[in-house]
Amino acid sequence: MSEITLDRLVTVIRECAGDSDEFDLDGDILDVTFEELGYDSLALLEISARLQEEFGATVSETEMETPRITLRLLNEAVRSDADRTDADRTDSSEVAA
Amino acid sequence: MTGSAPKSVVVTGIGVRAPGGVGKRAFWELLTAGRTATRTISLFDPTPFRSRIAGEVDFDPVAEGFSAEQIATYDRATQFAVACAREALADSGLAAGDLDPERTGVSIGTAVGCSTSLDREYERVSRGGAEWLVDHTLAVPQLFDYFTPTSISREVAWEVGAEGPVTVVSTGCTSGLDAVGYGTELIRDGRADVVVCGATDAPVSPITVACFDAIKATSANNDDPAGASRPFDRDRDGFVLAEGAAVFVLEEAAAARRRGAHAYAEISGFATRSNAYHMTGLRPDGREMSEAIDAAMRQARRTGGDLHYINAHGSGTRQNDRHETAAFKRSFGQRAYEVPVSSIKSMIGHSLGAIGSLELAASALAIEHGVIPPTANYAEPDPECDLDYVPNVARERRVDTVLSVGSGFGGFQSAAVLTKPAEVA
Amino acid sequence: MSTATANVVTGLGVVAPNGLGTEEYWAATLAGESGIDVIKRFDPHGYPVTVAGEVLDFDAAAHLPKRLLPQTDRMTQHALVAADWALADAGLRPDATDAFRLGVLTASASGGFEFGQRELEKLWGTGPAKVSAYQSFAWFYAVNTGQISIRNGMKGHSSVFVGEQAGALDAAAHAVRLLGQDTIDAALTGGFEASVCPWGLVAQLPGGLLSEVPEPHRAYLPFDRRACGYVPGEGGAVLVVEKEDTASARGAGRVYGRIAGHASTFDPRPGSGRPPGLARAVRGALDAAGLEPGAIDVVFADAAGVPALDRAEAEALAEVFGPGGVPVTAPKTMTGRLYAGGAALDTATALLSIRDSVVPPTVGTTEPATGPALDLVLGSPREMPVRSALVIARGAGGFNSALVVQRHDA
Repeated sequence: MSEITLDRLVTVIRECAGDSDEFDLDGDILDVTFEELGYDSLALLEISARLQEEFGATVSETEMETPRITLRLLNEAVRSDADRTDADRTDSSEVAA
Repeated sequence: MTGSAPKSVVVTGIGVRAPGGVGKRAFWELLTAGRTATRTISLFDPTPFRSRIAGEVDFDPVAEGFSAEQIATYDRATQFAVACAREALADSGLAAGDLDPERTGVSIGTAVGCSTSLDREYERVSRGGAEWLVDHTLAVPQLFDYFTPTSISREVAWEVGAEGPVTVVSTGCTSGLDAVGYGTELIRDGRADVVVCGATDAPVSPITVACFDAIKATSANNDDPAGASRPFDRDRDGFVLAEGAAVFVLEEAAAARRRGAHAYAEISGFATRSNAYHMTGLRPDGREMSEAIDAAMRQARRTGGDLHYINAHGSGTRQNDRHETAAFKRSFGQRAYEVPVSSIKSMIGHSLGAIGSLELAASALAIEHGVIPPTANYAEPDPECDLDYVPNVARERRVDTVLSVGSGFGGFQSAAVLTKPAEVA
Repeated sequence: MSTATANVVTGLGVVAPNGLGTEEYWAATLAGESGIDVIKRFDPHGYPVTVAGEVLDFDAAAHLPKRLLPQTDRMTQHALVAADWALADAGLRPDATDAFRLGVLTASASGGFEFGQRELEKLWGTGPAKVSAYQSFAWFYAVNTGQISIRNGMKGHSSVFVGEQAGALDAAAHAVRLLGQDTIDAALTGGFEASVCPWGLVAQLPGGLLSEVPEPHRAYLPFDRRACGYVPGEGGAVLVVEKEDTASARGAGRVYGRIAGHASTFDPRPGSGRPPGLARAVRGALDAAGLEPGAIDVVFADAAGVPALDRAEAEALAEVFGPGGVPVTAPKTMTGRLYAGGAALDTATALLSIRDSVVPPTVGTTEPATGPALDLVLGSPREMPVRSALVIARGAGGFNSALVVQRHDA
C-alpha cells in the first residue's frame, strides 16, 4: 500500500468532522494542531474511526496531535498492520455522561 | 416565588423497576447490601460491540399484568413507567378513583424515549439497513407511538386517570431530576394537586450501545461485568449503560397530612443550569453544577452544614467524577470532605434519563431508613476524587437532608434537595 | 400565571417551508403562499403520502460553522440559525449579560430523525463501528436546547418538553414562569422539527392521520368537509422572551407583545365517557390571562385536518366563544403541521398579527364542514386590530395546550 498523504487525510476529515472554520485545510496544515484547526476530541474520535474503517489501521484519538503525527502513526500502523487495541480501554477526555 | 411561602411538596409513593430486582423493596435491598447488578448484555447479542455489559431489569411484563397486546405494542420504557406508576400509586395509599382527574398531572422524563423499539422497527422496514426508501408495508401499527415518546406519558396518564398537565421532559441524562423538578413546580404553582412523575429509559439496544461505543463513553471492562461500574475509583473506564425507571406520587404536604399519608421526603429544592460548553464534555471546574447546587440549596433553605448525604451523578467516566468532585468542593468548601458521597450507578449502572429518578428514589429511601447506600466497586482512590465516597458498605446514620445531582449530554447540570418531612405539629 | 404580565417578547426567529426569516415568512403567509408541495428530498411515490411542507432553500453552511454541520440534524441547524436571528432581532447579546440568567426552553417531538436514519442504516447495513460519534446526541430530544445553549453561552435554567404538537406552548409557558419566579431574565423558547425523510414518513404512516391526497393544494384542508388528514412539515420558530424590567433596563427595542396566559390538559382514555380536555385548556389559559372569551380577537387553531379532530376543536371553540364567536385561522395550511415547531410558529405568527393588525388566512379550506359554525379567516388576510390572540395546540394522544399572547400595552 502506498503512503497515505495529507490529501487523503483531509478528505476524511472534511467528510466526517466538517471543514475547518479557522484554516484552509488545503494549505500547509501539517504541523497545525487539531485543536488549533478547531477539532475537539469527539471530532478526533470520529476521524480515528473513519481512518480505521478506510485503512484498517488504528490511530488513537489521544495521539492525534497534528496531521503530520497522525499520518506518521497511520502509515506506521498500516505498514506493521499492528492492531493497537490498548487504545480501546481508555475513555475519552471529552466525554462525560 | 410570589410573596407567600411556597407550598411544601412531598413524596408519598415510590415505584421502581431497576436492575437487580423488581420493586422498591428489592431496589433498596440491593443498594444497601452493596451488590452490583450489571452483567453481560442478554437483551441482544452484544458480540460486535466494544462495550458488552449493561444493567438490565429482570422485567416480566406478564407478571406485571400487561395484556398480550400491551406487551406487543408498548415500548419497554413505557412498560417500566406504567408498572412504576402502579406501584407508586398503591404505595401512596391512593386509588386511581381517589384522584380528581383535572387536578392530577404527569411529568415523565426520558432521554431516549422509545428508541429501542425504533431501532428494532427500523431494522425491519429497511430490511437490515439495505434500503434508504424504507418499506412502509412492513411498519407495525404502533410505530407512531415510538416516533414521538409522548406515548410514555399518555399511558401513565391513562393508567392513573390524569387529565391535568401532562408532559414528557427530555433533557438527556438529567431528565429524571428535571421531570420531578417540573412536577414539583406544577404543585407549587397550583396547577395540580397530585403529580405522578419520574423517569424511564430502556436504552439497551444496538443503536445506543453503538453510539456510546463510538465515543468510548462506556466501560469496555467486559471481563468483569459486575465490577465494571467504578465511580470515583482510579481505574474507572467509563459508565455501564443500564435501563430502569422510578416514578413518584407527589402531593402538597398539607394535603398528604390531611389524608394521613406517609411522606418519604419533601422536595425542598430543585435547580438546573447549563454549562454552555460542549455537548458531551465538562469543564473540570464544575462551576455550572455548583451553581445549580447552590440555587437548589438556597431554595431548600439549607446550607452545607445541614447536608447528611450527597447522592452523586458518579457515572464512572474519568471526566464526570472529577468534575462533580470539583463542584461539591466549590459549593461546600471544606464541608465537602465531611459529607458522605455515593453513586448508586456503581450497582445499577447508568440508565440515562431514568437514573435521576432512581437516584431520587434512593435519596428518599435513605431519609426513610437512615441508611446511606455505598459506592460499590471502590478499590483504588483517585487523587482527583478525594471525598468520602462511602466505599462498598452502606452506612447507618440519620439522614435529614440529601442533595442529588445529575449531569447530562447537552451540558445540563441539575440538583435536587430532599429533606425529612416536617413532623406533624 | 399571575406574574405573566411582567414579560415581553422582543425577538423572533422563523424557519418555515414558505419562508426563511420572520419577514419572508410573514409576507408569504399574508400573501397566501404555501410551502406545501410534492416531496423533493426523496422520491415519495412509493408511499401513500407524497406531499409535505419542506424547507428546501435553507443553506446551513452559509450560516453556521462548518464543523457543526456533520454533527447536527437539519432540525438543529434550523434551530441554531433561527436562534441567531431571534437574538439579533431582540438585540440581546448573551455575552453582555449574566449567562446564568439566560435559559433555553425548547420542544421536540421526534428528535433528529433524518440523522438517526443515516446512523441506523450504518448500524444495520454495515455494523456498529460505522456509527458516528455524533449519534450520541444529534438525534436526541434535548439536542436543540444543548446546541443553542453552547453556541450562545446561555447557562440558565433550561429544559425540553416533548408533547408532540403541544410541547412548544408548554415550553414557552414554562419560560414565562421562570421569568416570573426571577430564576432567569430572558429565554429562547420554541421548537423545530425536520422529520421529512423516508424513515420519518414511514414512522408516521401507521398513525393514519397523514393526508394521502397527492395534489399539494388539496391535501390539507382543516375544517373543510373534504378534510382528509394533515401534511407533515418541517421548520419552526423561536422567541426571545424577557422580564419586562430587565428588557427595559437594557434598552430593548421593539416589543412584539407578551405571553399572558397558559394552561394544558390531557384527554381521558377513550371510552371512559369523560369529556375531552381542550375547552378546559382554553378556559384555563383565559383565566390565567385574566380575560373573558370576548377579549380574544383571534384564535390560531390546532387545525388537525382530521374530521373528528376538527369537529372536536370546533366544538370546544363554540363551547367557550359561542358559535362563530371569534375569528379563527390556521396559517399552518401553508406549512403543514410542524410538530414541536408548529405551535412555536403559530405563537410567532400571532405576535406578528398583533404587530401589524392583520390576521393571516387559512388557505385551501373553502367548504366548511358540518358542525358548530366557525368564523374562519379564509383565502385572504383580514385587517383588524389584534390585542389578544389565543394559540391552540394538541399533541397526539390527548395533549391539549392553550396560550394567550397580548399586545404589550393591552
